[in-house]
Amino acid sequence: MINKVVSGAEEAIKDISDGATLMLGGFGLCGIPENCINALVNKQVKNLTCISNNAGVDDFGIGLMLKQRQVKKMISSYVGENAEFERQLLSGELEVDLIPQGTLATRCLAAGYGMPAIFTPAGVGTEIAEGKEVRNFDGKDYLMEYAFDADYAIVKAWKGDTAGNLIFRSTSRNFNPVMAMAGKITIAEVEELVEAGELDPDYIHTPGIYVHRIFQGKDYEKRIEQRTVRKSEG
Amino acid sequence: MFSKEEIAQRIAKEIKDGYYVNLGIGIPTLVANYIPKGINVVLQSENGLLGMGPFPFEGEEDADLINAGKQTITTLPGSSIFDSAMSFGMIRAQKVDLTILGAMEVSENGDIANWKIPGKMVKGMGGAMDLVASAKNIIVAMQHVNKAGESKLLPKCTLPLTGVKCIKKIVTELAVLDVLPEGGFKLLERAPGVSIEFIQQSTAGKLIVEGEIPEMRLD
Repeated sequence: MINKVVSGAEEAIKDISDGATLMLGGFGLCGIPENCINALVNKQVKNLTCISNNAGVDDFGIGLMLKQRQVKKMISSYVGENAEFERQLLSGELEVDLIPQGTLATRCLAAGYGMPAIFTPAGVGTEIAEGKEVRNFDGKDYLMEYAFDADYAIVKAWKGDTAGNLIFRSTSRNFNPVMAMAGKITIAEVEELVEAGELDPDYIHTPGIYVHRIFQGKDYEKRIEQRTVRKSEG
Repeated sequence: MFSKEEIAQRIAKEIKDGYYVNLGIGIPTLVANYIPKGINVVLQSENGLLGMGPFPFEGEEDADLINAGKQTITTLPGSSIFDSAMSFGMIRAQKVDLTILGAMEVSENGDIANWKIPGKMVKGMGGAMDLVASAKNIIVAMQHVNKAGESKLLPKCTLPLTGVKCIKKIVTELAVLDVLPEGGFKLLERAPGVSIEFIQQSTAGKLIVEGEIPEMRLD
Protein backbone atom coordinates (compact mmCIF):
# COMPACT_ATOMS: atom_id res chain seq x y z
CA MET A 1 0.00 0.00 0.00
CA ILE A 2 1.13 3.52 -0.70
CA ASN A 3 1.64 5.37 2.55
CA LYS A 4 -0.06 8.77 2.59
CA VAL A 5 0.67 9.72 6.19
CA VAL A 6 2.14 13.12 7.05
CA SER A 7 3.08 14.32 10.53
CA GLY A 8 0.33 16.88 11.03
CA ALA A 9 -1.51 19.90 9.70
CA GLU A 10 1.62 22.04 9.25
CA GLU A 11 3.28 19.47 7.01
CA ALA A 12 0.04 18.73 5.18
CA ILE A 13 -0.44 22.34 4.11
CA LYS A 14 3.21 23.39 3.83
CA ASP A 15 3.15 23.94 0.05
CA ILE A 16 -0.11 25.89 -0.01
CA SER A 17 0.90 29.33 -1.16
CA ASP A 18 -0.70 32.73 -1.76
CA GLY A 19 -3.39 32.72 -4.43
CA ALA A 20 -4.27 29.03 -4.13
CA THR A 21 -7.80 27.69 -4.64
CA LEU A 22 -8.94 25.54 -1.72
CA MET A 23 -11.98 23.39 -1.12
CA LEU A 24 -12.89 23.04 2.54
CA GLY A 25 -15.33 20.37 3.72
CA GLY A 26 -18.05 20.82 6.30
CA PHE A 27 -21.59 22.11 6.70
CA GLY A 28 -21.78 25.02 9.09
CA LEU A 29 -19.22 24.04 11.73
CA CYS A 30 -20.05 20.34 11.38
CA GLY A 31 -17.22 18.28 9.89
CA ILE A 32 -14.84 21.16 9.17
CA PRO A 33 -11.09 20.47 8.99
CA GLU A 34 -10.27 22.35 12.19
CA ASN A 35 -6.59 21.46 12.32
CA CYS A 36 -5.83 22.54 8.77
CA ILE A 37 -7.82 25.76 9.11
CA ASN A 38 -5.83 26.67 12.22
CA ALA A 39 -2.59 25.84 10.39
CA LEU A 40 -3.62 28.05 7.45
CA VAL A 41 -4.37 30.87 9.89
CA ASN A 42 -0.91 30.48 11.47
CA LYS A 43 0.80 30.27 8.08
CA GLN A 44 -0.96 33.48 7.03
CA VAL A 45 -1.23 32.57 3.35
CA LYS A 46 -3.19 35.21 1.48
CA ASN A 47 -5.33 35.84 -1.59
CA LEU A 48 -6.99 32.47 -1.23
CA THR A 49 -10.07 31.38 -3.12
CA CYS A 50 -12.11 29.19 -0.79
CA ILE A 51 -14.86 26.86 -1.95
CA SER A 52 -16.91 25.90 1.09
CA ASN A 53 -20.64 25.67 1.72
CA ASN A 54 -20.42 28.16 4.59
CA ALA A 55 -17.85 30.59 5.91
CA GLY A 56 -17.70 29.55 9.55
CA VAL A 57 -18.66 31.95 12.31
CA ASP A 58 -16.81 35.08 13.37
CA ASP A 59 -14.41 33.31 15.73
CA PHE A 60 -14.27 29.75 14.41
CA GLY A 61 -13.62 27.88 11.19
CA ILE A 62 -13.13 29.87 7.99
CA GLY A 63 -14.25 32.95 9.93
CA LEU A 64 -10.74 33.01 11.43
CA MET A 65 -9.22 33.26 7.96
CA LEU A 66 -11.67 35.98 6.96
CA LYS A 67 -10.80 38.02 10.03
CA GLN A 68 -7.15 38.03 8.92
CA ARG A 69 -8.13 38.96 5.35
CA GLN A 70 -6.56 35.80 3.97
CA VAL A 71 -9.47 35.16 1.64
CA LYS A 72 -9.79 37.00 -1.66
CA LYS A 73 -12.84 35.12 -2.87
CA MET A 74 -15.42 32.83 -1.28
CA ILE A 75 -17.57 30.41 -3.23
CA SER A 76 -20.41 29.37 -0.91
CA SER A 77 -24.13 28.76 -0.75
CA TYR A 78 -25.02 30.25 2.63
CA VAL A 79 -23.13 32.72 4.77
CA GLY A 80 -25.83 33.86 7.16
CA GLU A 81 -24.00 32.97 10.36
CA ASN A 82 -21.00 35.19 9.84
CA ALA A 83 -21.32 38.93 10.49
CA GLU A 84 -17.74 39.71 9.42
CA PHE A 85 -18.32 37.89 6.14
CA GLU A 86 -21.48 39.89 5.45
CA ARG A 87 -19.67 43.13 6.29
CA GLN A 88 -16.74 42.38 3.94
CA LEU A 89 -19.17 41.34 1.24
CA LEU A 90 -21.40 44.40 1.45
CA SER A 91 -18.38 46.73 1.58
CA GLY A 92 -16.84 45.06 -1.47
CA GLU A 93 -13.65 43.96 0.32
CA LEU A 94 -14.39 40.33 -0.36
CA GLU A 95 -15.33 38.79 -3.68
CA VAL A 96 -18.17 36.34 -3.25
CA ASP A 97 -19.78 33.87 -5.57
CA LEU A 98 -22.99 32.60 -4.00
CA ILE A 99 -24.21 29.46 -5.71
CA PRO A 100 -26.97 26.95 -4.95
CA GLN A 101 -25.95 24.26 -2.49
CA GLY A 102 -26.77 21.40 -4.84
CA THR A 103 -24.83 23.07 -7.63
CA LEU A 104 -21.86 23.45 -5.28
CA ALA A 105 -21.95 19.78 -4.30
CA THR A 106 -22.46 18.55 -7.85
CA ARG A 107 -19.67 20.71 -9.28
CA CYS A 108 -17.39 18.94 -6.78
CA LEU A 109 -18.82 15.59 -7.79
CA ALA A 110 -18.25 16.36 -11.48
CA ALA A 111 -14.59 17.18 -10.79
CA GLY A 112 -14.14 13.92 -8.92
CA TYR A 113 -15.90 11.96 -11.64
CA GLY A 114 -13.89 13.51 -14.46
CA MET A 115 -16.83 15.31 -16.04
CA PRO A 116 -16.29 18.88 -17.26
CA ALA A 117 -19.78 20.22 -16.55
CA ILE A 118 -23.24 19.47 -15.25
CA PHE A 119 -26.74 20.63 -16.17
CA THR A 120 -29.00 21.70 -13.33
CA PRO A 121 -32.36 23.50 -13.17
CA ALA A 122 -31.29 25.36 -10.01
CA GLY A 123 -31.14 29.09 -10.67
CA VAL A 124 -32.82 29.11 -14.10
CA GLY A 125 -34.49 32.51 -14.57
CA THR A 126 -32.59 34.10 -11.68
CA GLU A 127 -29.60 36.45 -11.57
CA ILE A 128 -27.19 33.55 -11.11
CA ALA A 129 -28.11 32.36 -14.61
CA GLU A 130 -26.67 35.51 -16.18
CA GLY A 131 -24.01 34.69 -18.75
CA LYS A 132 -24.48 30.95 -18.41
CA GLU A 133 -25.41 28.56 -21.17
CA VAL A 134 -29.01 27.31 -20.93
CA ARG A 135 -29.99 24.01 -22.52
CA ASN A 136 -33.48 22.63 -22.86
CA PHE A 137 -34.03 18.92 -22.26
CA ASP A 138 -37.56 17.52 -22.60
CA GLY A 139 -39.13 20.95 -22.29
CA LYS A 140 -37.27 22.05 -19.17
CA ASP A 141 -34.39 24.54 -18.99
CA TYR A 142 -31.09 23.71 -17.32
CA LEU A 143 -27.99 25.78 -16.60
CA MET A 144 -24.60 24.47 -17.57
CA GLU A 145 -22.27 24.68 -14.59
CA TYR A 146 -18.59 23.77 -14.77
CA ALA A 147 -16.75 21.26 -12.61
CA PHE A 148 -14.62 22.95 -9.98
CA ASP A 149 -10.90 23.20 -10.49
CA ALA A 150 -9.31 23.36 -7.04
CA ASP A 151 -5.61 23.14 -6.19
CA TYR A 152 -6.32 21.55 -2.82
CA ALA A 153 -9.28 19.87 -1.16
CA ILE A 154 -9.09 19.79 2.62
CA VAL A 155 -11.49 17.44 4.36
CA LYS A 156 -12.20 16.02 7.78
CA ALA A 157 -13.09 12.37 8.32
CA TRP A 158 -13.86 10.26 11.38
CA LYS A 159 -11.52 7.38 10.61
CA GLY A 160 -8.85 6.94 8.03
CA ASP A 161 -6.05 4.52 7.30
CA THR A 162 -2.46 4.91 6.18
CA ALA A 163 -3.54 4.19 2.58
CA GLY A 164 -5.82 7.25 2.65
CA ASN A 165 -9.15 5.43 2.85
CA LEU A 166 -11.77 7.46 4.71
CA ILE A 167 -14.91 6.86 6.75
CA PHE A 168 -17.13 9.72 7.81
CA ARG A 169 -19.43 9.87 10.79
CA SER A 170 -23.06 10.97 10.83
CA THR A 171 -23.93 14.30 9.17
CA SER A 172 -20.34 15.47 9.42
CA ARG A 173 -20.04 13.58 6.12
CA ASN A 174 -21.83 16.39 4.16
CA PHE A 175 -19.45 17.92 1.55
CA ASN A 176 -16.36 16.03 2.70
CA PRO A 177 -16.52 12.98 0.40
CA VAL A 178 -17.36 14.96 -2.74
CA MET A 179 -14.64 17.51 -2.06
CA ALA A 180 -12.17 14.74 -1.25
CA MET A 181 -12.64 13.49 -4.81
CA ALA A 182 -12.26 16.92 -6.37
CA GLY A 183 -8.88 18.36 -5.35
CA LYS A 184 -5.70 18.14 -7.41
CA ILE A 185 -4.16 17.49 -3.98
CA THR A 186 -6.48 16.18 -1.28
CA ILE A 187 -5.57 16.51 2.37
CA ALA A 188 -7.55 14.55 4.96
CA GLU A 189 -7.43 15.06 8.71
CA VAL A 190 -9.01 12.29 10.74
CA GLU A 191 -10.00 11.73 14.33
CA GLU A 192 -8.52 8.25 14.31
CA LEU A 193 -5.78 7.07 11.99
CA VAL A 194 -5.29 3.30 11.71
CA GLU A 195 -3.03 0.95 9.77
CA ALA A 196 -4.09 -0.13 6.28
CA GLY A 197 -6.12 -3.30 6.70
CA GLU A 198 -7.91 -2.28 9.86
CA LEU A 199 -10.88 -0.71 8.08
CA ASP A 200 -13.38 -3.01 6.37
CA PRO A 201 -13.14 -2.29 2.61
CA ASP A 202 -16.94 -2.58 2.38
CA TYR A 203 -17.38 0.40 4.68
CA ILE A 204 -14.98 2.87 3.03
CA HIS A 205 -16.72 6.08 1.91
CA THR A 206 -13.73 7.62 0.11
CA PRO A 207 -11.17 5.31 -1.51
CA GLY A 208 -7.56 6.24 -0.79
CA ILE A 209 -6.80 6.92 -4.47
CA TYR A 210 -8.41 10.34 -3.99
CA VAL A 211 -6.40 11.19 -0.89
CA HIS A 212 -2.80 12.39 -1.10
CA ARG A 213 -2.01 13.30 2.50
CA ILE A 214 -3.56 12.08 5.72
CA PHE A 215 -2.88 12.74 9.39
CA GLN A 216 -4.46 12.23 12.75
CA GLY A 217 -5.84 15.54 13.95
CA LYS A 218 -5.84 16.69 17.54
CA ASP A 219 -7.73 18.86 20.02
CA TYR A 220 -11.02 18.81 18.13
CA GLU A 221 -13.39 21.41 19.50
CA LYS A 222 -16.37 20.34 17.35
CA ARG A 223 -18.28 23.45 18.21
CA ILE A 224 -22.07 23.26 18.06
CA GLU A 225 -23.72 26.17 16.29
CA GLN A 226 -27.31 25.71 17.49
CA ARG A 227 -27.59 23.59 20.60
CA THR A 228 -31.20 22.42 20.59
CA VAL A 229 -32.45 19.89 23.16
CA ARG A 230 -35.64 18.56 24.67
CA LYS A 231 -36.24 17.90 28.32
CA SER A 232 -35.89 14.36 29.60
CA GLU A 233 -39.15 12.58 30.04
CA GLY A 234 -40.10 11.97 33.66
CA MET B 1 -55.16 35.71 12.77
CA PHE B 2 -52.82 32.75 13.03
CA SER B 3 -49.60 32.51 15.02
CA LYS B 4 -46.48 30.98 13.47
CA GLU B 5 -47.29 27.75 15.31
CA GLU B 6 -50.77 27.73 13.79
CA ILE B 7 -49.44 28.35 10.28
CA ALA B 8 -47.22 25.31 10.80
CA GLN B 9 -50.14 23.32 12.15
CA ARG B 10 -52.27 24.17 9.10
CA ILE B 11 -49.49 23.20 6.68
CA ALA B 12 -49.02 19.87 8.46
CA LYS B 13 -52.50 18.91 7.23
CA GLU B 14 -51.12 18.89 3.66
CA ILE B 15 -48.69 16.08 4.51
CA LYS B 16 -49.81 12.64 3.38
CA ASP B 17 -48.88 9.15 4.48
CA GLY B 18 -45.68 7.95 2.79
CA TYR B 19 -44.33 11.41 1.98
CA TYR B 20 -40.67 12.35 2.00
CA VAL B 21 -40.65 16.00 3.09
CA ASN B 22 -38.01 18.71 3.16
CA LEU B 23 -38.59 21.47 5.72
CA GLY B 24 -36.86 24.84 5.40
CA ILE B 25 -35.67 27.10 8.20
CA GLY B 26 -38.13 29.17 10.25
CA ILE B 27 -41.87 28.42 10.33
CA PRO B 28 -41.38 25.29 8.14
CA THR B 29 -39.23 23.71 10.88
CA LEU B 30 -42.22 23.94 13.24
CA VAL B 31 -44.31 21.79 10.89
CA ALA B 32 -42.47 18.71 12.21
CA ASN B 33 -44.28 19.17 15.55
CA TYR B 34 -47.73 18.78 13.97
CA ILE B 35 -47.47 15.85 11.58
CA PRO B 36 -50.78 14.01 11.95
CA LYS B 37 -50.70 10.93 14.16
CA GLY B 38 -50.82 7.59 12.40
CA ILE B 39 -49.13 8.60 9.17
CA ASN B 40 -45.59 7.71 8.20
CA VAL B 41 -43.49 10.61 6.99
CA VAL B 42 -39.73 10.83 6.45
CA LEU B 43 -38.09 14.22 6.90
CA GLN B 44 -35.14 15.02 4.67
CA SER B 45 -32.46 17.37 5.88
CA GLU B 46 -30.42 18.53 2.90
CA ASN B 47 -27.09 18.40 4.73
CA GLY B 48 -27.41 14.64 4.30
CA LEU B 49 -30.03 12.86 6.39
CA LEU B 50 -33.28 11.04 5.76
CA GLY B 51 -35.32 10.30 8.85
CA MET B 52 -34.72 13.36 10.99
CA GLY B 53 -35.78 12.79 14.59
CA PRO B 54 -36.53 15.21 17.41
CA PHE B 55 -33.98 17.29 19.31
CA PRO B 56 -31.73 15.18 21.56
CA PHE B 57 -32.24 15.00 25.29
CA GLU B 58 -30.08 17.39 27.27
CA GLY B 59 -26.57 15.99 27.52
CA GLU B 60 -27.00 13.77 24.46
CA GLU B 61 -26.21 16.39 21.82
CA ASP B 62 -23.83 15.18 19.12
CA ALA B 63 -21.83 17.86 17.25
CA ASP B 64 -21.68 15.51 14.24
CA LEU B 65 -25.47 15.21 13.98
CA ILE B 66 -27.22 18.39 12.90
CA ASN B 67 -29.97 19.48 10.52
CA ALA B 68 -29.84 22.05 7.73
CA GLY B 69 -30.55 24.78 10.30
CA LYS B 70 -27.38 23.66 12.14
CA GLN B 71 -29.49 22.50 15.10
CA THR B 72 -28.56 19.37 17.02
CA ILE B 73 -31.01 16.58 16.20
CA THR B 74 -31.36 12.80 16.39
CA THR B 75 -31.85 9.96 13.94
CA LEU B 76 -34.75 7.49 13.96
CA PRO B 77 -34.96 3.77 13.26
CA GLY B 78 -34.58 3.53 9.48
CA SER B 79 -32.62 6.77 9.09
CA SER B 80 -29.87 7.05 6.51
CA ILE B 81 -26.91 9.40 6.07
CA PHE B 82 -25.37 10.47 2.77
CA ASP B 83 -23.21 13.17 1.26
CA SER B 84 -24.33 16.56 -0.05
CA ALA B 85 -24.23 15.56 -3.72
CA MET B 86 -26.53 12.60 -3.16
CA SER B 87 -28.79 14.77 -1.02
CA PHE B 88 -29.38 17.16 -3.89
CA GLY B 89 -29.42 14.28 -6.33
CA MET B 90 -32.55 12.92 -4.66
CA ILE B 91 -34.04 16.42 -4.63
CA ARG B 92 -33.27 17.01 -8.32
CA ALA B 93 -34.60 13.58 -9.24
CA GLN B 94 -37.89 14.47 -7.51
CA LYS B 95 -37.73 11.71 -4.93
CA VAL B 96 -38.78 14.25 -2.29
CA ASP B 97 -42.58 14.64 -2.37
CA LEU B 98 -43.06 17.98 -0.65
CA THR B 99 -40.92 21.02 0.08
CA ILE B 100 -42.00 23.61 2.64
CA LEU B 101 -40.04 26.83 2.78
CA GLY B 102 -40.19 30.47 3.80
CA ALA B 103 -40.19 33.48 1.47
CA MET B 104 -39.68 37.22 1.42
CA GLU B 105 -41.90 37.63 -1.64
CA VAL B 106 -44.10 35.47 -3.88
CA SER B 107 -45.54 36.73 -7.15
CA GLU B 108 -48.92 35.90 -8.63
CA ASN B 109 -47.28 33.69 -11.28
CA GLY B 110 -45.49 31.61 -8.63
CA ASP B 111 -42.05 33.24 -8.60
CA ILE B 112 -40.32 33.29 -5.21
CA ALA B 113 -37.64 35.54 -3.71
CA ASN B 114 -36.01 34.60 -0.42
CA TRP B 115 -32.24 34.88 -0.52
CA LYS B 116 -31.04 38.43 -0.95
CA ILE B 117 -31.91 42.09 -0.37
CA PRO B 118 -29.42 43.99 -2.57
CA GLY B 119 -27.14 46.23 -0.54
CA LYS B 120 -28.69 45.19 2.77
CA MET B 121 -28.79 41.49 3.41
CA VAL B 122 -26.96 38.68 1.72
CA LYS B 123 -27.23 35.33 3.39
CA GLY B 124 -27.23 33.20 0.29
CA MET B 125 -29.66 30.76 -1.21
CA GLY B 126 -28.41 27.63 0.53
CA GLY B 127 -30.42 24.78 -0.94
CA ALA B 128 -33.48 26.87 -1.78
CA MET B 129 -32.75 27.35 -5.49
CA ASP B 130 -32.19 23.63 -5.95
CA LEU B 131 -35.36 22.78 -4.04
CA VAL B 132 -37.69 25.18 -5.84
CA ALA B 133 -36.28 24.28 -9.26
CA SER B 134 -36.97 20.58 -8.81
CA ALA B 135 -39.66 19.95 -6.20
CA LYS B 136 -42.94 18.43 -7.36
CA ASN B 137 -44.90 20.30 -4.73
CA ILE B 138 -43.87 23.41 -2.84
CA ILE B 139 -45.73 25.17 -0.06
CA VAL B 140 -44.59 28.56 1.17
CA ALA B 141 -45.02 29.37 4.85
CA MET B 142 -44.71 33.07 5.55
CA GLN B 143 -46.22 36.22 7.00
CA HIS B 144 -48.67 37.92 4.63
CA VAL B 145 -47.01 41.33 5.04
CA ASN B 146 -43.42 42.31 5.91
CA LYS B 147 -42.27 44.26 8.96
CA ALA B 148 -42.89 47.53 7.12
CA GLY B 149 -46.51 46.46 6.59
CA GLU B 150 -46.08 45.84 2.85
CA SER B 151 -47.67 42.88 1.13
CA LYS B 152 -45.41 39.93 0.34
CA LEU B 153 -47.89 38.59 -2.24
CA LEU B 154 -47.10 40.71 -5.27
CA PRO B 155 -47.93 41.09 -8.97
CA LYS B 156 -44.17 40.70 -9.57
CA CYS B 157 -41.29 40.10 -7.16
CA THR B 158 -39.08 43.14 -6.52
CA LEU B 159 -36.19 41.20 -4.93
CA PRO B 160 -33.77 38.89 -6.77
CA LEU B 161 -35.56 35.65 -7.57
CA THR B 162 -34.88 32.24 -6.07
CA GLY B 163 -37.02 30.44 -8.65
CA VAL B 164 -39.62 31.09 -11.32
CA LYS B 165 -43.20 29.77 -11.61
CA CYS B 166 -42.68 27.17 -8.93
CA ILE B 167 -44.88 28.00 -5.92
CA LYS B 168 -48.27 26.30 -5.83
CA LYS B 169 -49.58 27.02 -2.35
CA ILE B 170 -49.07 29.67 0.34
CA VAL B 171 -50.11 29.58 3.98
CA THR B 172 -49.90 32.86 5.95
CA GLU B 173 -51.27 34.13 9.26
CA LEU B 174 -54.28 35.38 7.27
CA ALA B 175 -55.07 32.83 4.61
CA VAL B 176 -54.45 29.70 2.56
CA LEU B 177 -54.03 30.48 -1.13
CA ASP B 178 -53.27 28.56 -4.29
CA VAL B 179 -51.12 30.13 -6.98
CA LEU B 180 -52.94 29.41 -10.22
CA PRO B 181 -51.00 28.24 -13.29
CA GLU B 182 -52.56 31.09 -15.31
CA GLY B 183 -51.60 33.61 -12.59
CA GLY B 184 -53.29 34.96 -9.48
CA PHE B 185 -53.69 34.04 -5.81
CA LYS B 186 -56.86 31.99 -5.34
CA LEU B 187 -58.20 32.41 -1.81
CA LEU B 188 -59.07 29.01 -0.35
CA GLU B 189 -59.40 29.61 3.39
CA ARG B 190 -59.15 32.54 5.78
CA ALA B 191 -57.84 32.57 9.35
CA PRO B 192 -60.53 32.72 12.05
CA GLY B 193 -61.89 36.25 12.45
CA VAL B 194 -60.12 37.60 9.34
CA SER B 195 -62.32 39.19 6.70
CA ILE B 196 -61.93 38.81 2.96
CA GLU B 197 -61.62 42.59 2.74
CA PHE B 198 -58.63 42.51 5.10
CA ILE B 199 -56.97 39.76 3.05
CA GLN B 200 -57.66 41.81 -0.09
CA GLN B 201 -56.01 44.88 1.49
CA SER B 202 -53.00 42.80 2.49
CA THR B 203 -52.54 41.25 -0.96
CA ALA B 204 -50.88 43.44 -3.61
CA GLY B 205 -51.08 40.79 -6.34
CA LYS B 206 -54.26 39.62 -8.05
CA LEU B 207 -56.54 37.97 -5.48
CA ILE B 208 -59.21 35.63 -6.79
CA VAL B 209 -62.22 35.12 -4.53
CA GLU B 210 -64.91 32.71 -5.69
CA GLY B 211 -67.90 31.62 -3.62
CA GLU B 212 -67.87 31.05 0.13
CA ILE B 213 -64.40 31.16 1.75
CA PRO B 214 -64.36 28.91 4.82
CA GLU B 215 -62.30 29.57 7.93
CA MET B 216 -59.11 27.51 8.34
CA ARG B 217 -59.48 24.52 10.61
CA LEU B 218 -56.62 22.96 12.50
CA ASP B 219 -58.21 19.70 13.71
